[in-house]
Amino acid sequence: MTSAVTTLVPFEKVLETFDPTMGLEVHVELNTATKMFCGCPTEFGAEPNTQVCPTCLGLPGAMPVVNGAAVESAIRIGLALNCEIAEWCRFARKNYFYPDMPKNFQTSQYDEPICFEGYLDVEVDGETYRVEIERAHMEEDTGKATHIGGATGRIHGASHSLIDYNRAGIPLIEIVTKPIRGTGAKAPEVAKAYVAALRELVKGLGVSDVRMDQGSMRCDVNLSLAPKGSEVLGTRTETKNVNSLRSVERAVRYEMSRHAGILSAGGSILQETRHFHEGDGSTSAGREKSDAEDYRYFPEPDLVPVAPAREWVEELRGTLPEPPAVRRARLQEAWGFSDMEMRDTVGAGALELVEETIAAGAAPQAARKWWLGELARRANDHGLELTEVGVTPVQVAEVQGLVDAKTINDKLARQVFEGLYAGEGTPAEIVEKRGLAVVSDDGALSAAVDNAIAGNPDVAQKIRDGKVAAAGALIGAVMKEMRGQADAGRVRELILAKLT
Amino acid sequence: MSTSPITRTAAELADDLAAGATTSVELTRAHLDRIASVDGDATEGVHAFLHVDAEGALASAAESDARRAAGAPLHRLDGVPIAIKDVLTTRGLPTTCASKILEGWRPPYDATVVGKIRAAGLPILGKTNMDEFAMGSSTEHSAYGPTRNPWALDRIPGGSGGGSAAAVAAYEAPLAIGTDTGGSIRQPGAVTGTVGVKPTYGSVSRYGLVAMANSLDQAGPVTRSVLDSALLHELIGGHDPLDSTSVQQPVTGLVEAALQGASGDLSGLRVGVIKELAGDGWQPGVMARFQESVDLLTKLGAEVVEVSCPSFVHAMAAYYLVMPAEVSSNLAKFDAMRFGLRVVPDGQPSAEDVMKATRDAGFGDEVKRRIIVGTYALSSGYYDAYYGQAQKVRTLISRDFAAAYDRVDVLVSPTSPTTAFKLGEKLDDPLAMYLQDLATIPANLAGVPGISVPAGLADEDGLPVGFQVLAPALADDRLYRVGAALEAAHAAAWGGPLLAQAPALQEVAR
Repeated sequence: MTSAVTTLVPFEKVLETFDPTMGLEVHVELNTATKMFCGCPTEFGAEPNTQVCPTCLGLPGAMPVVNGAAVESAIRIGLALNCEIAEWCRFARKNYFYPDMPKNFQTSQYDEPICFEGYLDVEVDGETYRVEIERAHMEEDTGKATHIGGATGRIHGASHSLIDYNRAGIPLIEIVTKPIRGTGAKAPEVAKAYVAALRELVKGLGVSDVRMDQGSMRCDVNLSLAPKGSEVLGTRTETKNVNSLRSVERAVRYEMSRHAGILSAGGSILQETRHFHEGDGSTSAGREKSDAEDYRYFPEPDLVPVAPAREWVEELRGTLPEPPAVRRARLQEAWGFSDMEMRDTVGAGALELVEETIAAGAAPQAARKWWLGELARRANDHGLELTEVGVTPVQVAEVQGLVDAKTINDKLARQVFEGLYAGEGTPAEIVEKRGLAVVSDDGALSAAVDNAIAGNPDVAQKIRDGKVAAAGALIGAVMKEMRGQADAGRVRELILAKLT
Repeated sequence: MSTSPITRTAAELADDLAAGATTSVELTRAHLDRIASVDGDATEGVHAFLHVDAEGALASAAESDARRAAGAPLHRLDGVPIAIKDVLTTRGLPTTCASKILEGWRPPYDATVVGKIRAAGLPILGKTNMDEFAMGSSTEHSAYGPTRNPWALDRIPGGSGGGSAAAVAAYEAPLAIGTDTGGSIRQPGAVTGTVGVKPTYGSVSRYGLVAMANSLDQAGPVTRSVLDSALLHELIGGHDPLDSTSVQQPVTGLVEAALQGASGDLSGLRVGVIKELAGDGWQPGVMARFQESVDLLTKLGAEVVEVSCPSFVHAMAAYYLVMPAEVSSNLAKFDAMRFGLRVVPDGQPSAEDVMKATRDAGFGDEVKRRIIVGTYALSSGYYDAYYGQAQKVRTLISRDFAAAYDRVDVLVSPTSPTTAFKLGEKLDDPLAMYLQDLATIPANLAGVPGISVPAGLADEDGLPVGFQVLAPALADDRLYRVGAALEAAHAAAWGGPLLAQAPALQEVAR
């Protein structure tokens, strides 16, 4: 195994000698109500082996029937990726034995994909890269095997395996790029940006949850290196199931360094699948995957060809949402965000959340500030998606409304969010319950100001002498006494009124 | 035997039930008694059944009688018992496909055909023997021992559906369901002197039919009369949302066509004798009976011409590529993981070891042979030369049929080149066995329907000969018109049905 002794070549060095070529295969799990070839429900997280029937269990005699909604989703994805839509295509059987495959063949598409020849433009550092799409085809997921007793959770070393066939037959769309070349040092970023753009696009279509953490979007990263300037592609490896945007970038980066290490030492790359390790961003050898691997594809005789009528395809084209790039430009303009602010918002996966918060009444900058600040921090700390932090866009808008009304300030707002995380009620109720409202009653404030002046005679004198900037120290003292629940602007007014 | 209900046709039994002359329980019990008396087991008797469900059959017979007493039968055949080839799933009843690998498996669901039969109120007597996974032409490849031909117990009943044909021929059931991938309904029909119909591909649901070759398989009726086949065919036919290859058109007009044909007038009908499906290798007695039947058709007013279907000579070769290719993939699911036999080798076997050991122990030689051939035919680098070429041959065969049907309404040939041969005679010669299906395979490759009706007994051995009629896709009614006309004319000449000439069966020891 060459990889064990490979020294990694630093990323910057790789590019002095080699050009990377990438190929990305993304599996998107469709959110259809039923499976690809039977009527079983697809809900995530059900008791194992409760969403099964003779067809998805591969029982003798059972037959598949194509899910029309999945075909529609596939076509919409294809159209959004600027693909041609086949006038006639078939399913094929991909034959191989594996315990989590009910039929020991996967019903997929082979040389007749439903969508082909498309592209997706992605932006990295202000530069646009056109990623060409070779095909997007329909297939079914396998069962999910859990290997028990081994150290690694992989089948190797396990004493037994548990198989959940709830996942077997869930509709998948596999989107395969053509070789992505000419990206040079930007390869890792381009890969990440492509997957991010694809995720946004598919999400916008509403055909999948595209949750990489739950496996409803999975990416396999093919990578090879060729000597700089060479037209001949090198041997590739396929890193399987790279399941976050960041990991996609890291996997490309690692494999480039690893390949370069082997090639520079005069070695050759073994064509194989690789496992990605989230912990240190490395990959390790999977199974060898030679071109001789033979799936004995042939057209699925139990299914009739899929021949989407042209009128229907055009009808579906009409249902496509605004392309993400166009939408982003429109929103940026409307919100008055800088390029940087917009990029950060999109990058944080907060575009929809910010949009909904603004729709609920918050000012654009305020909406962005909360989602990319306080709430992003919480998501990060707890390993959550922004959508899972326990606060809705409407609640964010309500909190901001309280700030705008000077009922609370930004600092108190954070305590309101804590109340929201804990489920203590609406923002207004939390302010009430926690007694967070800013004190704007001049009587109470005036007394506190008097105390501050009395306690800080030197500062008071400076202000009397015209050094208005010194008021800050007195404001701090007042705020301290009021435990932060004071309107700092009003406090300043009162101090100046008393001393000047 | 003429007083016993078991020799009556299903249509006659239905009339008896309707007239209150008998009850379903009485009929069912009579057939169960007949099974007990002649069916025996792997070593003696007809051995048409792999599983008899006396209790279930009598229970549904009683329900049928109750419905009829209440004036609400579900179907004309409500209460008439039936046997099902063991390749169709039956909820709660063993379904083995005559393979060790499915021993003990009780499916959790009914095949659509079985569901329709239950919904029409026909008591299911049991599951009939067959070649393992329907692979064979003699029923000798059953893992549970062969079925014997009721005409001569030392001879094969045809295959793969020898059990269904023999059950009907031995009066163990008035009706049976068979499946036909390359002739498995028609050839057993021919060699047992019964009627067998392969419907148009897609006109009867395949859901729950354990696939041998999905693009060729078709379930159909096995009976003693053409009218019975029409009744059963209409019952099991029609679109099934669970089988996307099933056609949308309703299956009707078959009974009407059978009744019309029985009147004996075939004037205006154009009949084509397929030149390629006859010749030196064919048993003379088979050719003589075939020619007799052709002459009868002329007498009944049909216009008979010879037609050539030149691609048919390649049908056998194409069939033995397409079928094993599909077999190799279909049978991959038998892996011991979810159902059926599980053989666990000693030591600490991996899942893969268990799969290997189970498949080695669970599949018979003919099944393994076809899996190996099919795996090879689909292999990268060979696909185009084998599977791809075979598909082209299918297209050519379809064109031959289309061209022929431009000139004639139906095509005819002997169903099988020989009468029933002796058990064991061709077991060591797969190719000789495969030739049994020479005349039946083209219809499967093209998806067109075919019927085999008795044509008499061969002079040299006194065994039944079958006469095959083929029609264009979805023109199954023509099979019934021609078949019924021929049946009526023959009966008049023979003084009754051919099966009346069969020797009486010995009772087996109990």
